[in-house]
Order: sequence, then C-alpha cells, then structure tokens
Amino acid sequence: MAVSGRRWLLIHIMARNCGGCVNSGWFLAFLQGSSMGATAMGMQVGRERPAVWLGAAAAALAFWAFLYSQLVPFSEWAVGLLPLEQGGQAREAVKFFIYDTPKVLLLLTLVVFVMGVIRSFFSPERTRALLTGRREGVGNVAAAGLGIVTPFCSCSAVPLFIGFVSAGVPLGVTFSFLIAAPMVNEVALGLLFALLGWKVALTYLSFGLGVAIMAGWVIGRLNLEPWLEEWVRNVRASAAALPDKTITIVDRIEAGLEAVKDIVGRVWLWIIAGIAAGAFIHGYAPADLLASVMGRDAWWSVPAAVLIGIPMYSNAAGIIPVVEALIGKGAALGTVLAFMMSVIALSLPEMIILRKVLSLRLIAVFAAVVGSGILAVGFLFNLLFA
Amino acid sequence: MKNVKVLGPGCKRCEATAQMVRDAAAKLGVPVEVEKVTDYSAIAGYGIASTPGIVVDGKVVHAGGLPKAEDLSRWLAA
Repeated sequence: MAVSGRRWLLIHIMARNCGGCVNSGWFLAFLQGSSMGATAMGMQVGRERPAVWLGAAAAALAFWAFLYSQLVPFSEWAVGLLPLEQGGQAREAVKFFIYDTPKVLLLLTLVVFVMGVIRSFFSPERTRALLTGRREGVGNVAAAGLGIVTPFCSCSAVPLFIGFVSAGVPLGVTFSFLIAAPMVNEVALGLLFALLGWKVALTYLSFGLGVAIMAGWVIGRLNLEPWLEEWVRNVRASAAALPDKTITIVDRIEAGLEAVKDIVGRVWLWIIAGIAAGAFIHGYAPADLLASVMGRDAWWSVPAAVLIGIPMYSNAAGIIPVVEALIGKGAALGTVLAFMMSVIALSLPEMIILRKVLSLRLIAVFAAVVGSGILAVGFLFNLLFA
Repeated sequence: MKNVKVLGPGCKRCEATAQMVRDAAAKLGVPVEVEKVTDYSAIAGYGIASTPGIVVDGKVVHAGGLPKAEDLSRWLAA
C-alpha cells in the first residue's frame, strides 16, 4: 500500500473540484473550439431548428463509434512503430498506455455528455421539492437516487445542505443525498465501465447507493438535529419560487456539451497521469508483493485502505486507472474499491467545508457511519468477486 | 437603478456570474448596482439550494450554474 500510496497522493493533491482550476492544453482547446463551433453553427442555423442539432448529435455519435472501433488496430500500429523489444516490460507498459488513454477518454466523453443531458431535467431546487416532508426510508432511497442525477458541485455543498434542512427535508435524507452525489458519479461509473467492465460498474453503483441509503437512514434514526450548528437551526426560509424556464432539446444538447467541456476538460490530465502510473505498475510492479499487501488474504488491508483514503481528496479520475493496474497485479477488488470510495466520499476538505454547518460530533458520526458502510462493501466485494 | 444581488460563497462561477450581470446591464444600458452576498445564512435566507443565485430587486430569478445571456437581459429589462 505504501509503495503506491505516495503516487496516488501526488495525483490527488493536484486534482481539484468544481471548475476552480482551468487546465490549459490541447484537449481543452479542442473541446472549447468544438463547442464554440457548435454554438456558432447553432446561431447560423437557428436555435429553433432542433432537427439540425439532433442530426449533428447523431453524426457525432457515429464518428465516436468509428473512433472506438479503431482503438485496437491503432494501438497495435502505434506500438509497432516504437523500437521496443517484443514481449518486454517497456513494450507492455507503453501498449497499456496507448490503448487505454484514448479508450478511457472516449468512453468518459460519451458518459459525461449523456449524463449532462439527463441532468438538464433536474435541479437541486426541484430535488428538494421532491424530498421535502418525505418519510425516512422511502426518502433515503429517493435521495440517494436523485443524488446521481441532480447537478451538484462541491462549492454548493453548504448552501444545498442548509437549503434542504431548512425547507424540511429530514437530516438523514439530506445525508443520503450528500453521500450519494459525490460517490456515485458519472466519472466513477464511466471509468469503471471502461476499465473493469459493466459488472463491476453495476456492482459499484448498487453498493454505492446502498451505503448512501443505509448511512443516511442510520443518521436519521440517531436524531442528531440538535448537533447542527445553531445558526443553521435558526434559518427559516421558505423555498424560493423560481420563474419557469423553457428548456428546449437544443438547450439539453448544449448542457451535455457544457458538461463535457467542464468535466472532461478538468479531469483529462489526471486521467492521463493515472493511466501513466497504471502503465508503470502494469509493466514493472512485482505481482507477488502487491498480492501479499492488497490481496484477498490480507483482511486488514480493507480497513487500512479506508483510513488511508480519508486524507486524500479527488474525484475518481486519477484513481481508477491505477486501480485497474493494481487489480491486474493481484490486488483484491474490494480493497481497492473501498479505498476509492473512501477517497471520494470521506474527504477531509469536504468535512472542513461541512464543519461550517455541522458540529464536530456530527461530523465524527458521519465519518464513522459512512466508513463502516465502505468497510462492509470492501469485504463483500472481496467475497463476491473471489 | 436596479439592485442585483449575486448569491454565492465566492467561487469562480459566482465571480463569472457577477461579471455577466455587469456586462449584460452595460449592453442594455440599464443602470445596476451589483452586490455580492457571500454569507451562508444570508444566502440560505433567500430559499435557494444551489449557487450562484441571482436576485433582481428582491426577487430570486435564478439558482445554480451560470445564467443564460438571453435570460439575464430578460430579467434586467423587466
């Protein structure tokens, strides 16, 4: 764990959330260029002609499918150009990198676009209206599900928390939302699907939702409202009635493009760094050592992974390529996924933000409940995918 | 003189929103006074759940994400 831990940390210290950091680079320039092109084209053909936009979207999808089908021949051709020894370690590492980078970026772009379109149907205000006064149990399930599709950025975490609680969404239900939203996100699901297959992605989805539902339910049962900061309890706001907006299909496609520009533009560098680290592990890391430290027989590795994950802060982008390489080297799936969930859902910086509204005791309960859930997931995964 | 409040804890999007309001007002020739509200309890008092939010003359018109330019001119012209 210690061997690769430092590299992970390095990747994550550099990663940030919320569009706060803007990477300059060819990929972002490409995205900006294409989205500006789309906007300019939209102005020419007129936003009142959705057929043109739908046609362009279909054409883009076909082009995407073509690129995706060319991945294997392309990587073989590209590796063949390099003066590397057949079957050597360097060749293995480079091949992994050349095949995985475009594959992951392509799949991620598609998943983020689709998710951006789906999210244009939701807003935190609408989700709040759906959850207000909801009973616990049903409310926790609904909140965790809505956590996936509601557009939400981490700098909105505090306003969202107060907005939910002051409008009468039960505390436990609010927590189910706040746990699911960062943990079960399109970047994590897209990358897991791309690198580890749909079974792992689906299992992650259901276990992530399970942790969010159970943890929120437990927190609700504990009746911890008095542990909120006093000023939060005193906010009495009625939900604002926002004027209706007419959203057309063109707006939704634009929302998808916007999401790609924002999310992929933000994480692509970390994905490439993650894949490079993964490629290195793939080619050079000794399998025996990893298997003994992170393998299924080392039961203590799951709690260790959760603990190490807490001070790290990242989205899924940089970790998952490394996770894939570690699994290839004999690390247990449950252990690395527990680590990943811990990094995403139990991040120290997010707790510091939430400290503004929650007392330390409440944060400790939150961390303990979510941590136990992640532990259970880690052990279960190791059992199921034996 | 229209009073426009931009609600948000001071993240990048909130800055961008405030600038968009100023630009749109300048383009329309509407005199505005842009005020930033960064205090969490004050933001919560407006009943929104996502930031940045926009309040024009005491009425909440927008919450969450950057506003669309055409919506902005509609709110400011009204």
